[in-house]
Amino acid sequence: MRYMTAQSASAAAMALAEEPGKSRVLAGGTDLLVQMKAGNLTVDLVVDIKHIPGIRDIVPEAGGFRIGAAVANAELREHAGVCQQWPGVIEAAGLIGSTQVQGRSTIAGNLCNGSPAADSVPALVAADAVVRVAGPDGTHDVPVLDIPAGPGKTTLNKAQIVTSILLPARPARSGDAYLRFIPRTEMDIAVASAAVNLTLDATGTVTAARVALGAVAPKVVLVEAAAKAIIGTKLEDAALSALAQACEAACNPIDDKRGTIAFRTSTAGVLARRAAKIAYDRAQGSANAGASK
Amino acid sequence: MKSLHISTTINGDPVEFICDPDEPLLDVLRNRLHLTGAKEGCGTGDCGACSVTLNGRLVCSCLVLGAEAQRAEITTIEGMAEGDQLHPLQRAFIDGAAFQCGVCTPGILVAAKALLEKNPSPTDEEVRYWLAGNLCRCTGYDKIIAAVQVAAAEMRSA
Repeated sequence: MRYMTAQSASAAAMALAEEPGKSRVLAGGTDLLVQMKAGNLTVDLVVDIKHIPGIRDIVPEAGGFRIGAAVANAELREHAGVCQQWPGVIEAAGLIGSTQVQGRSTIAGNLCNGSPAADSVPALVAADAVVRVAGPDGTHDVPVLDIPAGPGKTTLNKAQIVTSILLPARPARSGDAYLRFIPRTEMDIAVASAAVNLTLDATGTVTAARVALGAVAPKVVLVEAAAKAIIGTKLEDAALSALAQACEAACNPIDDKRGTIAFRTSTAGVLARRAAKIAYDRAQGSANAGASK
Repeated sequence: MKSLHISTTINGDPVEFICDPDEPLLDVLRNRLHLTGAKEGCGTGDCGACSVTLNGRLVCSCLVLGAEAQRAEITTIEGMAEGDQLHPLQRAFIDGAAFQCGVCTPGILVAAKALLEKNPSPTDEEVRYWLAGNLCRCTGYDKIIAAVQVAAAEMRSA
């Protein structure tokens, strides 16, 4: 195996493109190094992207925040601006692994690892985050939903790297939330998860929503029917029931010892319902915070 | 495999070493630099026995490549005591019998020190969540939490 530190995104892409064997991008390494050690992945070239200028920065952009691909989750969670604007994304990122793993892992890596149970991915999909991808032909922007392709697979080709993720600006009276189910309190992988991002009008009626589920299908699911079920409502019981039903209908989970199909499906609905209420309260809170200024 | 020449700082001292490109920092520390305080429990980032800090962040050294230490600052358990003077956490762990076999202890001490630097007055729950990535199969954790709180109180009054 060879190890190189790339000094620019284009140098990283070039090296990845030219490698005839198996190559991998190294940011936090909390998935890559485990896979290499497990012996099921033999890598010829590892490209460390942490030395690319700006890739460890969080920069305000167009009312939102651009998060560099090598920003560790511990760093992300210490950023007051992102915490205030996207609490659901922050709580999702904060659930990835232990304190030690938080010190290295990144949301970009969580996305590129391609796990259907990745915690930050449903929250990023609900947030409608935009991924900046660099390749030998330059950079382009892709909705986060278009990156996962299935368990362990993404739509990126071998020469493409994620350089940053943009959390967009959001209207006043917006809130987001992420919940997952695990059989214990810490250090586990989601059995089912749900992220909800919504915006209210001045009367408290939902005017826009995005609902995404994790760990209940080969890749993250954006449930448009669930969003429709709560748009135009104030999250009355009937609306929440319709949301949960739409979520259940969108599930296509695996059946294993950690959760049966039936359990994962009903849990996804329950979590979406609870996450919607938390997002709603946060949206009202952000309105109150705005009003008091 | 071409060996790499790495210059780094460990516990404040400049250190140079040669390592393989796929060699974990933990193996470098233990096998090349003979800093054997960090332990390999699982080797996959689950147990925390290999905890060190890398540029001020608590990490598992089994999930860091030695090559990544280039121009970085690393602290290990060996840097915790000042000469013969044990760190308050180390004393609290001894006084409170907060370990039995001791394999997890260096990692827990490094992790607990990182916590108290960030949060000098953690609740028991905060200590438990912070140390959730440090597994101990002997103590049942209660004495560990108690020892961290004893040290925290001492450090606050110092």
